[in-house]
Amino acid sequence: MNRYTVAVLVQNKFGVLNKVTSMFRRRQFNISSLTVSETESNEFSRITVTFDGDEIKEQQLVNQLYKLPDVVSIRELDGKNTVSAELLLIKMANEAETRGDIIAAADAFEAKTVDYSRESMVFQLTADSIRIDEFINLMRDYNILEICRTGIVSLEKGAETIRKVTNL
Amino acid sequence: MILSGSDIIVRTLIEQGVDIVFGYPGGQVINIYDSLYKYQNEINHILTAHEQGAAHAADGYARSTGKPGIVIATSGPGATNLVTGIATAYLDSIPMIAITGNVATTSIGTDSFQEVDITGVTLPITKHNYFVSDISELADTIREAFSLSVSGRPGPVLIDIPKDVQTAVCEFTPADKITPDERFPAKDIRIQAAAECINKCKKPFIYFGGGLTASGAQKEMLALAEKIDAPLGCSMMGISAIPTDTDGFLGMQGMHGHLACTTAMHNADCIIALGVRFNDRVMGDMKKFALNAKIVHIDIDGAEISKNTLDFTGLRGDLKETLIKLLPLIKESKKPNWKKDIQEYKDFENKNSDTRDGFTPKNIIEHLNKHFKQGTAVVTDVGQHQMWAAQYISLKSQRKFISSGGLGTMGFGLGAAIGSTFANKERVVLITGDGSFGMNLNELATAVRYNLPITVIIMNNSALGMVRQWQTFFFEKRYSNTDINSTTDFVALAKAFGASGEKVNTLDGFNSAVETSFKCDGTYIIDCEISKEELVLPMLPSGGSMEDIIINFEE
Repeated sequence: MNRYTVAVLVQNKFGVLNKVTSMFRRRQFNISSLTVSETESNEFSRITVTFDGDEIKEQQLVNQLYKLPDVVSIRELDGKNTVSAELLLIKMANEAETRGDIIAAADAFEAKTVDYSRESMVFQLTADSIRIDEFINLMRDYNILEICRTGIVSLEKGAETIRKVTNL
Repeated sequence: MILSGSDIIVRTLIEQGVDIVFGYPGGQVINIYDSLYKYQNEINHILTAHEQGAAHAADGYARSTGKPGIVIATSGPGATNLVTGIATAYLDSIPMIAITGNVATTSIGTDSFQEVDITGVTLPITKHNYFVSDISELADTIREAFSLSVSGRPGPVLIDIPKDVQTAVCEFTPADKITPDERFPAKDIRIQAAAECINKCKKPFIYFGGGLTASGAQKEMLALAEKIDAPLGCSMMGISAIPTDTDGFLGMQGMHGHLACTTAMHNADCIIALGVRFNDRVMGDMKKFALNAKIVHIDIDGAEISKNTLDFTGLRGDLKETLIKLLPLIKESKKPNWKKDIQEYKDFENKNSDTRDGFTPKNIIEHLNKHFKQGTAVVTDVGQHQMWAAQYISLKSQRKFISSGGLGTMGFGLGAAIGSTFANKERVVLITGDGSFGMNLNELATAVRYNLPITVIIMNNSALGMVRQWQTFFFEKRYSNTDINSTTDFVALAKAFGASGEKVNTLDGFNSAVETSFKCDGTYIIDCEISKEELVLPMLPSGGSMEDIIINFEE
């Protein structure tokens, strides 16, 4: 089983996300992360999907995506030529006996303290998914109140763009 | 010119070459029906008894012509009644355009009367669907739907149009009839790989499906078969794509396929699959399926390549265009040993065929064959009768076997026969069962209203035969709810609707009834009383493999 990341440029229209995710559901693709956002053009939105599976499953996912009329372009992104990042917000209980250790760990990971109160601390970490997983695992030794992470966003390195694939 | 939304809908349909639509009026499409009234000299509306019948009729029309079938229904229940019909078309890749009305945009999302989110409901069973909230996009949306429904792998498209968009007015600019997207052959490198594989093989088998008809690649396929001396077999969707008596054609493959065909495919060393999708009803146990065969798979839909099998070479492209480029790369070769094997398979099939005399399903269909004219179309419902028809029917030209393959929709037949009759403009034969016919027999009213020449042959075994057959084999004859023993008098029923008919239980009686039906000018029901113990054989049990095939059933 491998982890794949696929960037999908879609028409920025009502209901398109539903069409894409409905296809994932009915064809049983195991999606581990999905992000959607506007792009440099208001005509298009960009969806970044990461999922676990084998190569055949990945080809299936790409082929099935291509069949959706709202899909404009697809780029399969591999780790080598891609920059990826994810954002984590994690809220920890602020307790005297663990406070020092938590802050030390956050410092080591270069997580930013974005909120601090008598009962809680919120850290923000932007990193690749593995590093975020590692940080969360470390925090599991303490009292986690809440976690929210965005899912992966990815861009290809260099001047290549997803829009160039279809000459938009 | 300035037109109302409903006028734009009808004008755009006419502009796209539509002269017939099927449907049922209702509150949220009343404006469209007003426009249909206005343009009735240019476009014909066929009123069915139920929206499901209209959807199947549009489907039957599309299967018979290759043009998109059009169906119109109102919001809410009208729209949901289309669902089975749309799904049927989707699973068999049939071009269809469903137009539904909906409540006004100002009421959408408030659960108002007869409001249903039909674009949400039909999302997984349409190639694409639209909710038109702005009248300025209406005409172009309809045109895009036409293009989508017939381009690439065909399929149904739904357009949901709220009432206030139908009543609004807008400038209408006429446009030309759309041309489907250009058809591309597969990549050269793939074609070369396929040619290499085909040139090396010793036991080739050509396996085709509905895609062959959609692409119109019959001539090229037969040229390939002749060049490499390959036998041919088809999925159920491939029936009638080539004449049944074509040299080298072994018939249908699959759960109830012809023995020789199934055996040949199983023993082939190269399966050339053309516009088929290796459905589970065809393959049985995937792990034991044609183990020595390299699969060369050509399909317009890239997502079908290696979806169900691991293809040796997958070629994504239009069949006809791809075969035209492939043919010159193929070396001519004779395969006498393989031919000899095939003959053995055929002999084995013949030895195990049903040789009983009397009023058996096989004899009924074979007698029926003798009455067919060059262009006679046969429509079926779903169940045992469908498989008997698929096994024994003999057809002469393409688009003449109309049957619900992928979805297996009982109740499909009568509606589809109505659509097919409008397309063929001559007598159509519907083969159905007492179970399937019972599902949508209300459409007899439609057949009689339009005085349609349909011969309805009911294979009446007083049972839900296919499920009963499974119960016979796999559930120790616990016939749970399959012995329906209905007391319905189908002949009296036909008369009640204004049609005619007769009950038969001998082959002579059957022959004369079919003759009578071909001479009459309307709908004629032939109620054939057959035994409920009749089985569809051979049978490859679900998920089984070659060695599991049930050839004869002995107590």
